[in-house]
Amino acid sequence: MPAYSEILLDHFHHPRNHGELAGANAVGDSSNDSCGDLMRLFLRIEGDTIKEATFMTLGCAAAIATGSILTEMIVGRPVAAALAITNEQVATALGGMPPGKVHCSVLAEQALRSAVNAFERRAKVGRNLKKRP
Amino acid sequence: MTAAPHFIYMDHAATTPVLPEVADMVRAVTLEHWGNASSVHGFGQQARKLVEEARVKVAALIGARPEEIVFTSGATESNNTVIKGAAEALKAHGERIVITAIEHPCVMEAARTMGKRGWHVTHVKVDGRATVDLDHLRRSLAEKTALVSVMLANNEVGTIEPVAEAARLAKERGAAVHTDATQAVGRIPVDVNALGVDYLSLSAHKFHGPKGVGALFVRRGARLTPLLHGGEQEAGKRSGTLNVPGIAGLGVAAELARRDLDARATAVRALRDRLEAGITARIPHCLLNGHPVERLPNHLNMSFEFVEGEAMLLSLDMHGVVCSTGSACSAGSLDPSHVLVAMGCAPARAHSSLRFSLGLANTAADVDTVIEILAGVVQRLRRMSPTYADFQRKRGMEAAGAGV
Repeated sequence: MPAYSEILLDHFHHPRNHGELAGANAVGDSSNDSCGDLMRLFLRIEGDTIKEATFMTLGCAAAIATGSILTEMIVGRPVAAALAITNEQVATALGGMPPGKVHCSVLAEQALRSAVNAFERRAKVGRNLKKRP
Repeated sequence: MTAAPHFIYMDHAATTPVLPEVADMVRAVTLEHWGNASSVHGFGQQARKLVEEARVKVAALIGARPEEIVFTSGATESNNTVIKGAAEALKAHGERIVITAIEHPCVMEAARTMGKRGWHVTHVKVDGRATVDLDHLRRSLAEKTALVSVMLANNEVGTIEPVAEAARLAKERGAAVHTDATQAVGRIPVDVNALGVDYLSLSAHKFHGPKGVGALFVRRGARLTPLLHGGEQEAGKRSGTLNVPGIAGLGVAAELARRDLDARATAVRALRDRLEAGITARIPHCLLNGHPVERLPNHLNMSFEFVEGEAMLLSLDMHGVVCSTGSACSAGSLDPSHVLVAMGCAPARAHSSLRFSLGLANTAADVDTVIEILAGVVQRLRRMSPTYADFQRKRGMEAAGAGV
């Protein structure tokens, strides 16, 4: 069993912002095919800012804690600033990750990227629709 | 009985509490009979007498002769000794070892080491309940084989293997037979003659003995190249000053296991069945891993769909329930349990497995508490699970589509 930090265990036992987000306008999934963990991130983006974020995870304590702390780190931030958050920063915020668990923090980074990509695709489609005569 | 812990311990496949009678013996021998059992003087011979008394008790537990028992540091040493040493002594029969796909890592890795030394190692398949495929074993024995090793009961799912049939097949082909009986001894009747094996490994701490001591049964006349060379203790089969306190403790544990075997098995089976029935009734989408009938009486391995094992385990631990999981995440690796994979379980099923292994101190009230706590834990984690959300949405759409 990996040795988890107090912060990580707190986020696992008391995850913040979990569940589906009513009014989300961006949803992204990420998965780790080798270990089987899955994460889904829900965002409500207004203008350039992430106003709300929730997550769902099928995975171990590290994967759940990662989703939890990521939502705290990105709410209120501009999308570009959120995207600049690295998995190392996520791991550091959780008080460090045991060596075998680094891939869990990558899961969060990928879910965020996937959600933002989905949002931007939709925004582009929206702009294109408006352009139509 | 044992001191009641402040938590509900259901991880007896990992280790068991030392019984007070065993601890008393270990302490007394440590303090009063600390002589070297190999010394010729009277003080040394007192220690020797304790070792020989223990040998008789261990032999009686598995239907062996005392002189067929070699004391070791535990199952890992016993298994390594046989896989490397018996095979080496028997290589004239063909440099081939046949083991099963679900052996404990200490058999797997010892065999892998023999593979690096140029031996052929075959892993016999198991079916979906982890029962060894005897047809595949028969086919594997087409080529000359030195040693066949089939575990008596699997440590992860508890399935009891057809070792006697496997031994018959191996004997027909002139191969020697070993069984790793670490999980079985003290839990089900074990008789080396009924099984027809040449070598059998056991470990004291799986049946309320001390850690760091075990035994290897070597049938009279069966060949063995020792793993440890030195002062020729244990008739030259295992050198090293004898762990007299541990061996004496193992003797007491063996005596109590033999005396109480049926009562223990009956009591623990009733509790295990209560746990299995309770979980199945209370928690939807759970699956039994292992054989429903041919299984250790204290063993229950189940998968809980849409959640992950380590997350369940840590949540249960916080509530004072102790068990184990086959999830990769728990081992800090990316590979799920090789046993569940060999059984053909999808990775997701292996990922979501929990092993409960019950013991003497567990009560019906403990079982009911575990069912309640587990139901809450699984529900909480499923509420966070994206695959469970998808499953429920799909089910909702199907219900709507059916015109409800």
